[in-house]
Amino acid sequence: MSGHSTYVPKSDAGKWLEERLPIISLMHSAAVSMPNPRNLNYWWVFGGIAMFMLIVQIVTGIILAMHYTPHADMAFNSVEHIMRDVNWGWMLRYTHANGASMFFIAVYIHILRGMYYGSYKAPREVLWLLGMLIYLLMMATGFMGYVLPWGQMSFWGATVITNFFEVVPFIGDDIRTLLWGGFAVDNPTLNRFFSLHYLLPFVILGVVVLHIWALHVPGSNNPLGIEPKTKQDTMSFHPYFTMKDLYAIVLFAIVLFYFVFFNPNFMGHPDNYIPANSLVTPAHIVPEWYYLPFYAILRSIPDKLGGVVGMFGAILIMFVVPWLDTSKVRSAKFRPAYRIFFWIFVFNGILLGYFGQVSTTDDFLGIHGVTNLLVSRISTIYYFGFFIVILPVLGLIEKTKPLPNSISEAVLGVEGAAEEAALLAAAEAKA
Amino acid sequence: MNNLKQNITSIARKTAIALLVVSSVSGSALAAGDHLEGAPEAKHVDWSWAGVFGTFDRAQLQRGYQVYKEVCANCHAMDLVKFRNLSQSGGPEFSEAAVKVLAAEYEIEDGPDAEGEMFIRPREPKDSMPAPFANNNAAKASNGGALPPDLSLIAKARGHYSFKDLFMGRDGLTGGTNYIYNLLTGYVDEVPEYILENDHHVNEMGKEADPNFTEQHFELGDSNFNHFYEGYKIAMAAPLFEDSVEYTDGTAATLEQQAEDVASFLIWAAEPKMEIRKSIGIKVLLYLIILAGLMYAVKRRIWENVRH
Ligand code: HEC
Ligand code: HEM
Repeated sequence: MSGHSTYVPKSDAGKWLEERLPIISLMHSAAVSMPNPRNLNYWWVFGGIAMFMLIVQIVTGIILAMHYTPHADMAFNSVEHIMRDVNWGWMLRYTHANGASMFFIAVYIHILRGMYYGSYKAPREVLWLLGMLIYLLMMATGFMGYVLPWGQMSFWGATVITNFFEVVPFIGDDIRTLLWGGFAVDNPTLNRFFSLHYLLPFVILGVVVLHIWALHVPGSNNPLGIEPKTKQDTMSFHPYFTMKDLYAIVLFAIVLFYFVFFNPNFMGHPDNYIPANSLVTPAHIVPEWYYLPFYAILRSIPDKLGGVVGMFGAILIMFVVPWLDTSKVRSAKFRPAYRIFFWIFVFNGILLGYFGQVSTTDDFLGIHGVTNLLVSRISTIYYFGFFIVILPVLGLIEKTKPLPNSISEAVLGVEGAAEEAALLAAAEAKA
Repeated sequence: MNNLKQNITSIARKTAIALLVVSSVSGSALAAGDHLEGAPEAKHVDWSWAGVFGTFDRAQLQRGYQVYKEVCANCHAMDLVKFRNLSQSGGPEFSEAAVKVLAAEYEIEDGPDAEGEMFIRPREPKDSMPAPFANNNAAKASNGGALPPDLSLIAKARGHYSFKDLFMGRDGLTGGTNYIYNLLTGYVDEVPEYILENDHHVNEMGKEADPNFTEQHFELGDSNFNHFYEGYKIAMAAPLFEDSVEYTDGTAATLEQQAEDVASFLIWAAEPKMEIRKSIGIKVLLYLIILAGLMYAVKRRIWENVRH
């Protein structure tokens, strides 16, 4: 990584390894000596939380896989066997199922944090791209995981989503056949989804390593969106940020385990406790909550191909955000207009999530004559408008507020910063 | 000019009404969730096992098993539940000896033995509850074409989780059990007034929109009327009446009592680890809360002299 390591091996074995593979100094620079802006707020803890959730998913997933049977006739009962007969199986399964949701919550907050503080701007574009890749892989992993218990929603969700690929010109049918491993969602589909569901989290893990590497070159952004200038602007990662992140992880775990132990089925769908049946279609097929905004975009577009393009486009457009945003100023703290559009964007996203699960023909909040479909179309337009119009145009015309000179000046005031700088210099001279 | 305007408004009005009628009549005549005026409210039972500290009432689970065994098991299987589960902690907690006797009341085909022959033996605690029919087709044939679903998970499969559950300390499990309770107590012999009124209403509106509108009427056919079943027509005849069973513990077997008992039994069957889940959950959360407090103290200490 970028070599802020202050690690000096003490033992002979340590020196021996360091000369051959400097892996310890690499980890040391990433998690101990790395200088981090001193003014990070609690929105910065969600990266560590997401990392924690990935590990939770991998550990619980590997143990679940020891007891799970990926066969169309046995998968449902093998999950129930885990719930009923495997020691602590219910806890593993509920942790894995709720963990997936909590993982997405953490990552959504993490992404929105990046959008608010302009963390995707130069020199952090690659960091952003890698993050988006992780998110895309998570979507695929979560979708395939949800198919594994082979309940009604597993089966019909898989049927609906794989059918989207049919609209791809020329090769759509072939893609779909390949996904299915046949001519409908069936045992071969379950088998390949299980195989990929086991594989992808490790691909994610690999991309996470790259993501952290790409973080360590420019370092973290911060709420002010200005780069640290002096040593005074940063603190070492350990113990300051390790402790803060650990504290936040414990708080997050409290929420996770509240769901696991006291409301484990809240984020699931009751129909998934009915075994998959290709002859009975559920009244409402709803994807998991974390796909709902995109599902709403799909349904709001009257054309089938257009809907699918819109749905995938809604995810893919986030990849190019660094090049859509023309503002020189990173943080929304100094962008009064962007701040408003940003919060509308967040609210709009939640609204789209709502539209993803209600009937399109019903009245919106009971307002007569205003259908959900109509409002969801407006929401979809805002969603894309935010990226295509607001981000590029606003950056050119917005009057931003003046930026502070440095992080420490913003935190301590001009005099306070000078005072602290003098103290630091004195301490250094003494040493 | 004026005439044209009038014509347009009247056409628009008629289309609007027609659309309204079509949307309310189409599909199954009445959709679930439509709460018709005059329909009874679903009851929310005060379950002993609900909430963070709730535990099952053993006697109730034992009575619930009795109702299942004597009534429901004539039509419904419960494949995921084994006899041995009946003696596990957190369940009805029959004694192991009692479970052996309960299991042995039924037979099961086993084998092949050393001679290669299949044989019939009494059930043992490791075996699952017997299915009343050899297969789904046989089950349908005996039930007028409708399939009685396996009841192992029904209480969770019919659960509806609402945001209210999050804040009321309620476990998402009450949705399904309340539904089962209301279903079992929601039968009436005659199609009630509110359905007829709804028919009347729909027909009036239909005729207003379109003089050639064909009248729609709620037809019960061979089905039974239930206030709480989706579409109101259910193939299952009312399974429970007052004194359908004679409780061994002397409890008066009112319809409501039996419905509550069997619904509790069914949620236990669907979620046999509920008690241990909650009791461990309390310890885990307490531990994490204390840990969070300590972490916070350490974090504050470390950051004490750093303004940020
Ligand atoms: C005579 C046979 C019979 C008996 C006895 C019986 N059921 Fe049923 N049950 C059925 C049939 C048939 C269905 C399917 C109904 C349909 O599809 O319309 C059904 C459906 C159900 C459902 C599912 C309703 C839904 O929402 O889909 C539940 C719950 C249920 N029964 C519970 C019970 C309970 C509890 C008992 C015992 C108290 C019981 N049944 C006794 C035949 C029976
Ligand atoms: C990115 C990390 C992961 C995510 C987001 C994820 C998500 C999911 C989801 C949503 C389910 C369905 C849960 C349910 O409703 O029952 C599931 C099931 C499953 N997952 Fe994962 N998973 C991840 C990692 C893993 C890993 C690494 C493994 C194995 C090594 C694994 C093995 C399983 C198994 C065996 C099941 C089926 C059992 C069950 O349904 O509970 N998962 N996963």
